[in-house]
Amino acid sequence: MPASPKTPSTVTDVACPFCGLVCDDLVVDVASDTITVRANGCRLATTGFGATTVGEPRIAGRPATLAAATAEAARLLSSARQPLIGGLSTDVDGARAAARLADRTGAVLDHMNAAAAFRNVLTMQDSGWITTTLSEIRNRADLLVVVGGDIVSRFPRFFERCIVNQDTLFSEGRQCEVIFLGAAAPAGVTLPGPPATISCEVARLGEAFGALRAQIAGRTLTATDAAGAPMSVWQQLATRMKAAKYGVIAWAVPDLDFPHAELTVQALCEMVKELNRTTRFAGLPLGGSEGDLTVESVFLWQTGFGSRTSFGQGQPDHDAHQFATAQLLGRGETDLLFWIASFNAARTPPTTTVPTVVLGRPGMIFEREPAVFIPVGTPGVDHAGHLFRTDRVVALPLGQLRASSLPSVASVLTAVEAALQER
Amino acid sequence: MLLRLTGGRVYDPAHGVDGVVRDLFVRDGRMTAPPAADERIDREYDLSGRIVMAGAIDMHTHIGGGKMNIARQMLPEDHRSDLVRRTDLTRSSCGHAAPGTLATGYRYAEMGYTACFEPAVLPVNARQAHMEMGDTPMVDKGGYAMLGSDDFLLRLMAAGEDQKLINDYVAWTLNATRCIGIKVVNPGGISAFKFNQRMLDLDEKHQYYGVTPRDILRVLSRAVHELGVPHPLHVHSSNLGLPGNFESTLGTIRASEGLPIHLTHIQFHSYGTEGDRKFSSAAAQIAEAINSTPNASCDVGQILFGQTVTASGDAMAQYRNSGLASPKKFVIMDIECDAGCGVLPFKYRDKNFVNALQWAIGLEIFLLARDPWRVFLTTDHPNGAPFTTYPHLIRLLMDRSFRNDRLAQLNVDAQALTTLGSIEREYTLNEIAILTRAAPAKLLGIEDIGHLAPGAIADITVYRDNADREVMFTSPEYVFKDGEVIVRDGKVVKVIWGRYHTVQPEYDRGIEQRLRDHYERYQTIRADHLRISAEEMHAFGHGADVLTHPCR
Repeated sequence: MPASPKTPSTVTDVACPFCGLVCDDLVVDVASDTITVRANGCRLATTGFGATTVGEPRIAGRPATLAAATAEAARLLSSARQPLIGGLSTDVDGARAAARLADRTGAVLDHMNAAAAFRNVLTMQDSGWITTTLSEIRNRADLLVVVGGDIVSRFPRFFERCIVNQDTLFSEGRQCEVIFLGAAAPAGVTLPGPPATISCEVARLGEAFGALRAQIAGRTLTATDAAGAPMSVWQQLATRMKAAKYGVIAWAVPDLDFPHAELTVQALCEMVKELNRTTRFAGLPLGGSEGDLTVESVFLWQTGFGSRTSFGQGQPDHDAHQFATAQLLGRGETDLLFWIASFNAARTPPTTTVPTVVLGRPGMIFEREPAVFIPVGTPGVDHAGHLFRTDRVVALPLGQLRASSLPSVASVLTAVEAALQER
Repeated sequence: MLLRLTGGRVYDPAHGVDGVVRDLFVRDGRMTAPPAADERIDREYDLSGRIVMAGAIDMHTHIGGGKMNIARQMLPEDHRSDLVRRTDLTRSSCGHAAPGTLATGYRYAEMGYTACFEPAVLPVNARQAHMEMGDTPMVDKGGYAMLGSDDFLLRLMAAGEDQKLINDYVAWTLNATRCIGIKVVNPGGISAFKFNQRMLDLDEKHQYYGVTPRDILRVLSRAVHELGVPHPLHVHSSNLGLPGNFESTLGTIRASEGLPIHLTHIQFHSYGTEGDRKFSSAAAQIAEAINSTPNASCDVGQILFGQTVTASGDAMAQYRNSGLASPKKFVIMDIECDAGCGVLPFKYRDKNFVNALQWAIGLEIFLLARDPWRVFLTTDHPNGAPFTTYPHLIRLLMDRSFRNDRLAQLNVDAQALTTLGSIEREYTLNEIAILTRAAPAKLLGIEDIGHLAPGAIADITVYRDNADREVMFTSPEYVFKDGEVIVRDGKVVKVIWGRYHTVQPEYDRGIEQRLRDHYERYQTIRADHLRISAEEMHAFGHGADVLTHPCR
């Protein structure tokens, strides 16, 4: 554990856990328990590293020791008939401990970002995709198409790190055309050249991807428009995409928040497959925030199934709809919510009358005081850990930046499991 | 703790012991010489009539890393056919084609395996591979780091840099990724595919770098040799799956210019172009080449019929084959200027001409390759078949009439194009013990596994003799790991977590600054963050020891 000096000490090459890019080049100053981002930060890093650091466990709103809160959590868990371990924003070790606990108690596992994540998962499970990773884009992409919304608010340094770099492995200087689909380029973002924008309805993008795919395959369409934009615009885009040497289309599933958005993601991915008949083109599904891809990865490798898996029958039972947190709470099919949120105090549990145990970042403000609240450390701030990046390839080691009395999610869950054993 | 294993028929080919009835002794987890007559034996196991071998070693099995997790995510329907229930001792998981790490460990041990090696560890993904292997109980594990389509190496080669610098890079990679060997997959081809090249033959130039697969094989096999890494360069050759690829496979065998070379899943690289369908067996030519090239070894990558999933670093070949996926879905990925991967579910059908011939080609290679020390028993799990089919494969090798009965059920056109039915050879138990124990340990350079002499780690598998070798090898009576019984009658009775095997060759640290600069300028992660610490490994592996084996 590093000593937390009174005078600031500077730490370099810090990995930042506050979005799925997990940038590992930050420079921060640490003084006592205050962390200030000095270089290579962003809005999310500044907020994340600067958040409240103190808090103590509570049982029914009253201060309690960690041991008492853990024991109470174990008591609630042992008497629950169908517990739900939700939230699940944690690191690799937290996910390992949660999976073990779920197996032991017959709980359901469901990450807070799963509703959006399944728009990708269902596509991948039904027809697959062709994807790429950040360093490939940084060096190879000569065309980037950005789908919908504002990926910069979720992944602030994406363009800085992948598009506006000076040199690539294959060229001095950088040329990458950027086209925004559905919404204009966000203000204040530096791009290599003036970005183009195609105005269209994001919720109808599935039509556009279908039309693009047909045009890429050389078919003639009778329709005059798609997704609210004239067909000539899509024909132009199809031609431009086919001409790319290494094109990339990036999207972030939270931006595709409309019914059956997985079909839009699928249309996009099938279009990318079509492009690869003659050139190279890849998708970039952006994710990884709140540890979602980390936790999914751990669950998958241990059991074969990700979020929305129940262990109630003594074996994994996976159903993307039946075991969704909102469904289980809404239908009264769970009688205990274990909510885990170690990166962001704003990610509070959903409103429910079901008894709730929260392992949360200090500073959480609740609409309804949980039965048990245990403040936990943040991986990469209060304790070491590991987090997977958006591409689910790179697992970065997170360091401990300050001395902290806050326990990790893994240690609390392990203690709960041990307490169950003694009961 | 002193154990006596009495009266078993022992197969320990590393020491020329071929079915000799003898007592074995274990002291504190290791094999030991017979103790003095007055020493107290703590526990005795009567193994009369039993067959005793060292714990088996799978030297090429995809058990951990990103592409297997993609496969797991893609195949919920396959998992549902083989859900694994929790017990008081073991956790729930899933089995079959893309099993969870927990079931992988349980089932390997239940089949008598005590060590598994993941052959395709992408350096940027090495941490995940070790996390997954760490969560694989029961067995020892290790990985081969993949090089050969990474832009750092290709740039060094294109710039004509000295072999010494390449050696430093290879050694740095082994140290940073905590692996035990170096693998090359479709040399240069994964990179060429990113430049839209769809093929890269052995002597064809990469369009950007101007180097050929043969150049890459030469510098990497030389690096591995000069660094003294015991495991030879582990090669997945060019042109996987293509009719006529046996020519480039023969070229690959020669490409190391006399240095040790291991050709993996060689069945997928032994195809000719004869016959009406322009697809034929070249197993005879390939086996002859292996027989006459003492520096070469191979594992077969046998296919067996049924549903599985193919997961490979060879994005170029996997994209080429993507139309064959069953069910119809595939994932192709370009990865971090380092490598790539492709995942396709696949169903091998016995009435399909190509699949039936693939089956026969694999068996022909097993049976025509003469030296069992240079042929290894693999299905390239899960690419040819899940590892749980090994007992069936062993029976095919040991039982000619069983093999020929099976052959008679296959696609008739394929039957007409294989010599398999006329091959009389049946593997002996001693040879099976070589293929699955003694030879892999030797090829990996691990001195204390794969045999039963005093000093060896007491990983021991005890089978009930049974003329049906499939039954015999499916369910050992005992599996000992480090001298403890971990499996009894084919079921886990104690959960342990195994250890990691690595090598850490010496190198000139000057390469590190060069890598830092390269990563800072071009990549999106710091070079130093690729390096996995011993403490991390220890934590991934539930307290696993991380063993470093000597380089020569």
